[in-house]
Amino acid sequence: MKQSRRRFIKAAAAGTLAAAIPLSRLKFLSPAEVKAATGDASIRWIFLVDTQKCVGCGFCVKACKIENEVPYDAPITRTWVERYVVTADGATHIDSPLGGRDGFIDGRIDGRDIKPGEISKAFFVPKLCNQCDNPPCVQVCPVGATYQTLDGVVLVDRSWCIGCGYCIMACPYGVRFFHPVHKVAEKCNFCYHRISMGLKTACEQACPFGARQLGNLHDPADPVTRRIMTERVAVLKDEYGTKPQVFYIGLDEAVR
Amino acid sequence: MSEPMVVHGLDWTIKELFVYPNEFIYWAIQIVMYPYMTGLVAGAFVLSSLYHVFGQQDLKEMARFSLVFSLALLPVAAMPLLLHLQQPLRAINPLLTPHFTSAIAAFGFVFSAYAMIVLSEIWFVYRKYFVEQANALRGMPGLVNSGKHLLYNLLTLGAHDSGDSAVAKDKKAVKILAATGIPVACFLHGYAGFIFGSVKANALWMSPLMPVIFIMSAVVSGIALCMLTYICILKWSQFRTARNKGAGGQAAAGGVQIETINKAARYLLGFLLAAISLELLDLIFRGYTAMKSWDILRSIMYGKDFINIFVLQYGLGNLVPLILLLLPRATVNRTAIALILVLYGIFMMRWNVVIGGQAFSLSFSGYMHYQLPIIPHNLETFKEGLCGALTVAAMPFILFYGLNKIIPAIKQTGH
Amino acid sequence: MKNHVLRPLWLALAAVALFLAVRYFLVPADFGVHGRNFTYGFHRLGNIQEWRAFPPRYQGNKGCAKCHSENYRHNMASPHAVIQCENCHGAALGHPDLAEGITIDTSRDLCLRCHAALPYPTSERSVLPAVDPENHNAGVECRECHDPHNPDLEGMK
Repeated sequence: MKQSRRRFIKAAAAGTLAAAIPLSRLKFLSPAEVKAATGDASIRWIFLVDTQKCVGCGFCVKACKIENEVPYDAPITRTWVERYVVTADGATHIDSPLGGRDGFIDGRIDGRDIKPGEISKAFFVPKLCNQCDNPPCVQVCPVGATYQTLDGVVLVDRSWCIGCGYCIMACPYGVRFFHPVHKVAEKCNFCYHRISMGLKTACEQACPFGARQLGNLHDPADPVTRRIMTERVAVLKDEYGTKPQVFYIGLDEAVR
Repeated sequence: MSEPMVVHGLDWTIKELFVYPNEFIYWAIQIVMYPYMTGLVAGAFVLSSLYHVFGQQDLKEMARFSLVFSLALLPVAAMPLLLHLQQPLRAINPLLTPHFTSAIAAFGFVFSAYAMIVLSEIWFVYRKYFVEQANALRGMPGLVNSGKHLLYNLLTLGAHDSGDSAVAKDKKAVKILAATGIPVACFLHGYAGFIFGSVKANALWMSPLMPVIFIMSAVVSGIALCMLTYICILKWSQFRTARNKGAGGQAAAGGVQIETINKAARYLLGFLLAAISLELLDLIFRGYTAMKSWDILRSIMYGKDFINIFVLQYGLGNLVPLILLLLPRATVNRTAIALILVLYGIFMMRWNVVIGGQAFSLSFSGYMHYQLPIIPHNLETFKEGLCGALTVAAMPFILFYGLNKIIPAIKQTGH
Repeated sequence: MKNHVLRPLWLALAAVALFLAVRYFLVPADFGVHGRNFTYGFHRLGNIQEWRAFPPRYQGNKGCAKCHSENYRHNMASPHAVIQCENCHGAALGHPDLAEGITIDTSRDLCLRCHAALPYPTSERSVLPAVDPENHNAGVECRECHDPHNPDLEGMK
């Protein structure tokens, strides 16, 4: 009895794995391939944003939209760059036209000219999905169409999402949106296809100044992990308990 | 790619100051309609249960009517969701792979369970009627009659016994079903409140009081709609018989009983007061604790949405009907006006929660304005615009009209 | 006629059974938690592979260097070495097989992304060589005078 139950569980597990692979690729799986199919627990993808280095060129946003086939002229984007200008009177002016896709080539914010003398501090802050340890967007998906992989990235299953928008509402960072073509929830996934094959994310590669860096938290030798461990870093909106995994250097109180 | 690209929300969202690029009003008018309609369903059912379970004899006439009306409302509660979904063809997925950590996942199950309860209860209430109809129609000539005979025969489910002991069993079953139905109805709606109340990202929604507020206002709106429809139908049949009288018609039908209306109005008042108190408690608490989000919430409540919240919802929708209902020497017409205002007030409450919750950016540094699409120029602006909302609002009455042909909800005195 | 009270119940149970039968066929076989917790790990396993199969569009500098070694070396010796070829030349997926080729962005606005003067004291932006776009040869493409692969002022055309 016990024996047959074990056999059944084994068969069921094998069946599950087999079904995970498209029929065209049906072949015997090596242990490494099985591991690859379920995601790799020896990796925890994280991200480091050095706001000191960002100059607001917006190449990251441009590259992201093209790489991930997010309609270029639609006002939605997987990643974006915000500009903060704090003036001497204490007011904070923030903007991110088209998500910073075309960079910031103009000093005006919301049509308002800010004179150089008025500015007490000004900087750019790139934003992307925080791939939270406790992703509230995943928690609220009614159908299991969005989930966290073993290596920590939150993905959206485009063939199963019903488009209710609950995940969009649940994200405190405003990272999610509806894809105008696929009509399902869409978000930054650290270019999962690229990082899974050893490439950099499109935004990291496009950034000329090293303001964006991908890392593996489970690898103590990883330079990004080392920086996070040894330098003073901050995360966005930790009061929500989401445990965001995008770390920031040079974050300011004004950053939203 | 002939289909034009539509950024969901772009058509009706106007941004002001700093709003994150991906933020739009994603939950629009249909999500206002959704809790409104489920609220009406739950309220109608609770009203009918007041008679069946607690034996409130003066609600007897209303009970029968509101039960059938709650069945007519039931499919309509799911309609806004279908119109809202970006992938309506996948609407079955939450039943297939329910992810129960999501409040929405429960909808299909609670909804189905509730539908089964309502249907069975109606079956028990009307079984004797089905048997009578089936017997009366047996052997009658004509295609329509034989069709009807077949229908009623099917509806009896083969239980043709209309003896006293069998009918007594029906009554007992109705009582049990009505009793189980109350918590399910409350759950159906309470969890609609949970859907909003549990969104920690939204400063306005996140509150443990939300589900309770939703249940209370649901019962209020359900009772109000049932009473109003009841008054309208009776007035109409009164008017019709009065007109027919000149042409030698039958004697007048029952007419509106002010006692029945008054009794139901008292329940309505109770639930309305509970709803208002909870909402005010929520508001006071937010102001007193003044968390990080309070600055922007205050600017919404006391500034941008002041008219919507304090004038239209609390004033016109709550305070005025409260006074109208509490004034002595109630008349049917005055009650009807109060009921219309109550329904409007609850609608505004849903509006202020759903749209108001998206009126400010997650950055707390900007605002979003919702412009209801009036004239649709594509499918999206039809579905999530005035036209879609009106379609949803009209549907229960169309369904009720059809249902009333099969299971007459209001007893005519001539019967 | 004793048990007519239970008839709706049988009907309801039949509906549930029918639903379960339909569900059996409609749910993908690989849907499950796969050893993860239900809150964050409930999904269709095959979807991970679908995402991995997404083709990368940006191929990176090294790919360009294979054929365009001269330009690559030229650029890598300049202050623009930090800029990826594809930032200006366009994503290389399909190049050079694609008939339409890749489109090079030679617009003024592309250069201004970094070189429009913004007086931001706490940002590296103010460190970059910059011009006031309105007063610096407005309307003229930068490459008329500057060589993007050797942007030093000595390298001016």
